[in-house]
Order: sequence, then C-alpha cells, then structure tokens
Amino acid sequence: MTMIEMRSIHKTYKRKNITTEALKEINLQVEEGDIFGVIGYSGAGKSTLVRLVNYLERPTGGKVIVDGQELDKMSDSKLRAMKKQIGMIFQHFNLLESKTIFDNVAIPLILSKKPKAEIKKRVMELLEFIGLSDKAKSYPKELSGGQKQRVGIARALASNPKILLCDEATSALDPQTTQSILQLLKRVNQEYNITVMIITHEMSVIQEVCNRVAVMEAGEIIEQGSVLDVFGHPQHPTTKSFVQTVIHNNIPESVKRTLKQTDNSRVFRLEIQGDSASEPIVNQLMKNYEVEVNILFANMTEIQETTLVIMYLQFEGAGNDVEKAIQFLVEKGANMEEVTA
Amino acid sequence: MFETAVTLDQFIQASIDTLYMVGMSLLIGSLIGIPLGIAIVVTRPGGILQNKIIYTVLNPIINIVRSVPFIILMVAIIPFTRIVVGTSIGTNAAIVPLIIFISPFIARLVENSLLEVNPGIIEAAESMGATPFQVIWHFLLPEAFGSLILSITTATIGLIGATAMAGTVGGGGVGNIAIIYGYQRFDTFAMIATVVILIIFVQGIQSSGNVLARKARKE
Ligand SMILES: Nc1ncnc2c1ncn2[C@@H]1O[C@H](COP(=O)(O)OP(=O)(O)OP(=O)(O)O)[C@@H](O)[C@H]1O
Ligand SMILES: [Mg+2]
Repeated sequence: MTMIEMRSIHKTYKRKNITTEALKEINLQVEEGDIFGVIGYSGAGKSTLVRLVNYLERPTGGKVIVDGQELDKMSDSKLRAMKKQIGMIFQHFNLLESKTIFDNVAIPLILSKKPKAEIKKRVMELLEFIGLSDKAKSYPKELSGGQKQRVGIARALASNPKILLCDEATSALDPQTTQSILQLLKRVNQEYNITVMIITHEMSVIQEVCNRVAVMEAGEIIEQGSVLDVFGHPQHPTTKSFVQTVIHNNIPESVKRTLKQTDNSRVFRLEIQGDSASEPIVNQLMKNYEVEVNILFANMTEIQETTLVIMYLQFEGAGNDVEKAIQFLVEKGANMEEVTA
Repeated sequence: MFETAVTLDQFIQASIDTLYMVGMSLLIGSLIGIPLGIAIVVTRPGGILQNKIIYTVLNPIINIVRSVPFIILMVAIIPFTRIVVGTSIGTNAAIVPLIIFISPFIARLVENSLLEVNPGIIEAAESMGATPFQVIWHFLLPEAFGSLILSITTATIGLIGATAMAGTVGGGGVGNIAIIYGYQRFDTFAMIATVVILIIFVQGIQSSGNVLARKARKE
C-alpha cells in the first residue's frame, strides 16, 4: 500500500521580488513499511519536500496524498488529526528546555487529552524502548545530543504514528552516535511497522538503513529507486558522486594508464547483487571459456544485508569468446557495461 | 540633618501606597499587556495566527502610547481618569495612567520574550497537530517563562519609577513625600529616606526576579 504519494508537486516561495522555485514537478511514492531516503546537496529542496508530507508547508501545485487521503481537501481540524499520525524529528531536536524528559515525551498525549494513567504507561514504555528510563526526571540540558535525539524519537512515537519524518536527524551527531540513532530508526520501522522518511546529505545514512532512495538536485528528483539499484548503477553525475562517497568504484589511475597501452583487450564494469554475488563466477568463467580475465578493480559493499559487488574486468581473447564470456556473466545475473579508456 | 517632619507612620503609609499602586497597575497592566504581547506575536507575518489587520492595528497603537512620556500621559488623561475613578488626585487616580503607561510596555517586553523562543519548538508543536491555543499554552509560554519573569521584573521597576512621578502630582506614595517634604521644605532626611526606600524596592524586586527566572530556566 502506498503511504505517501506526491503528484506533480510544485513549491514556489515568493518574497518581495524574489521567487524561488524550491520544488519542480515532484512525483514520489513511499510504500508502507519503507525506509525512504531523500538525499541531495544543500538547497536542493529536501526540507521543503519533507515538510509537505505533514503540511508544515503547502504546495503551490500538485497533490500530497497520505495514507490514501488528499491533504488539500482537509479542514484544519482534520489536518491536525492527520498530523498526529505523522511523527517528526529534527536536526536540532527541538525539545522543550523547560520540561522534563517525561513531559517532553508526554506532550503529544497531553495535546490529545489522554488520561493521566495512560500517558504515564505509554511514556514509560517509550523511554524503555529508547533506553532512557532513568532520565525521566532530567531536563534536555542534561542530555547528550544522541540522547536528545532518542527523546525526540520517543516523542514522535508517542501518538502511535504511521509515519516518521526525519529531517537531517543525525547531521548534528558524531559518526558513532549516528550509527546508534540509525539502528533505533530501523527498530522503529521493524517493531512498530512505521514508514520512515529520512532526509540527509550523507550517502552512508542511506546505505545503512534505507531500502529506497530519491536523489534531489535544484528542486527536482533526478533519480529514484531501490537503494541497491541506485548504488549499483547510478545514472546521474550527482548520484554518482554521492555513491562514490561510500563505494569507491573508480578505476585507479595506474590501471587506467596500463589500459591505454594494451589495445587488444576490452574492459567491462561488472555489477552484481545478492546471492549471485557470492558465487565464484569469475572462477567458473576462466574454467569454461577461452578468455583471459584480469581483475583490475573489485569492491564489495554490504547494503540492506545484501552484497553489492562491483568489478572492473579486463578480457583478452578472440572476439567471439569474449562475447560468450560476457553472455555467461549476464546469465549469472551480472550487469555488464563496457568501459572505454 | 536628622531632623525631619515626616513620621515613621507616614513613611510606612507612603511605602504601602507605593506598593499598592505598583501592585494594582502591574496586575491590571499584565492582564492587558500579556495578551496584547501574545497577540502581536501570533498575528505577525509568519506567526501561527497570522493576521494582517489585527497586527497592523495593534502594533502602532502600542508604539503611540509608548512614545508619550509618563509625566505627560498622566496630565493628558486627567479627564479620563476623572470619569473612571471620580477624582484626579490620590492613589487610585494614579493607577489609571499607570495602567495605560505600563500595558503597552509589558506588551513589548512580552513580545520580545516570546520571539526569543526557538522557532523549532513551534515547528515541533505544529508537527504534532497542536491547536494555536495549545501552541501558546503548552509550548510558547512555558519556554518563554524565565524570560517573561525578567520582563515583568523590568516592568515592575519601571512602574516604581512612574509611581514616584505620580507622587509628585498628588498621587501619594514615597514620591509624594520626596516632593512635599524633601523638595518643598528642604527636609534632607525625607529626601534621602525616599531614595533609600526606592533603592530597596528596586533591588528587592530585581533580585527576586532573577532568582525566579533562574528557577524557571532550570539552571
Ligand atoms: N521559507 C522560505 N522562503 C523562501 N525561500 C525558501 C524558504 N524555505 C526554503 N527556501 C528556498 O528553497 C530552496 C530549498 O530549500 P530547502 O530548505 O528545502 O533545502 P534543503 O535541501 O533542505 O537544504 P539543506 O540541506 O541546506 O537543509 C532553497 O533555495 C531555499 O533558499
Ligand atoms: Mg534542509
């Protein structure tokens, strides 16, 4: 089932004489249970995009449909009820400094006028879940950044939402704390079956937890798909540069130089995912085909508990034999692409 | 030098009068000024209850009243004061201009305190589906509480100054003693005592304000 859908969304900011087209013709679908990542450089429009999901920002064109309901058709009070179904966490946590951790987590329930006993039970349960039961009476000031973000997550979960939106939720944290927050988000997704949307400018965040990703640039989605596919064969130059921050799949310069010197060989980029990646295909290839194979470069990355292998292979052999070898690899599930030096 | 025509009872009565004027005008002034301050924060462009008409009406009114010095305000509204309390002399008569003086001042101070609140908090509140009233009550006011206490402290001290001024034109309180005895009859002791009393009031209020604000800020 589709949880979040955006249909030809446009968002233009007008300020005095300056108009900014923050979003142009955005089409997007987030399925129930997804951990959907949105990545892009600063100013790409990521925050604007995520803020449309809970209508903190209204589109100037197009439709936002959440859980089957069109947001622009909703009255203010319906919209507020809808927002309780959508939790949100922030880069700078936005906790109330004047309230205890308990009260911070309780606040969505207080707003919904839930009975005291129920609030207490739910809050303690959530503090248990984020591992901060002992901090119930502390104030945000007394917590570390990572702990504050955990409280932010607990607060966002208090009203049992179906969706959790995270705008740069780990950008103010160190790598290790980022890891633990990402693991927590994964648990939120799995244990509570909450659809998660993550905004980030770090490809490692996408690699760590997301199953689907959209890449944004200048207000547009330039590429989207499963994380494995986008990591495996990025199309757009911006996507490629993001992928390169976590997978080093450039052929080393030294290899490029030798490439230019040998002229009767062909070089292919091989990309293979999942189970087929663990088969000794190169071995089989050399045994069964009349070609010489030279591995110029190999990289193996773990994404979504699946292995992604990228290799640059140099083939030498009679024209037809190389074709056959390539054919074999394709049958084994590899994506082959010829590289010209 | 230590001879004075003012009795201790008179000093005590004057102090009580001053505190009464400050207290009453602070109470009523807060009842007017705090909602006014909230109103201009929430109705301003980009506020949670953005409203051009209310904002563009309230904002200049506050500025206009604020730009009239208290001593002039007090005299200028004497006819109005007469209508309200039946007289233009005495403590109760002084309270009317004091309220008109302090309400817009409190409104501005409250405005500043509320604008200090991290906009991210408001965004979080809105993301939770809070109603505008809930945003004000559960987020804006608690987060600004420490700063609001300091604002009210500043307003109170402003009021002490103003009551002393009111005293000069028959408003009663320590200002009255300073003028009638200290100034017109060269009673130096009365003058010094008045100053000391005012200093004690101001110091006391500022210190308690600071303590309460620190408590509110969980420091
Ligand atoms: N309230 C606003 N008024 C005017 N322009 C805005 C507003 N909010 C965003 N913009 C503009 O819209 C564009 C997209 O901004 P947005 O905040 O969505 O980018 P972002 O991808 O989240 O960037 P970052 O990674 O820096 O957070 C930018 O050009 C920005 O200047
Ligand atoms: Mg942003």
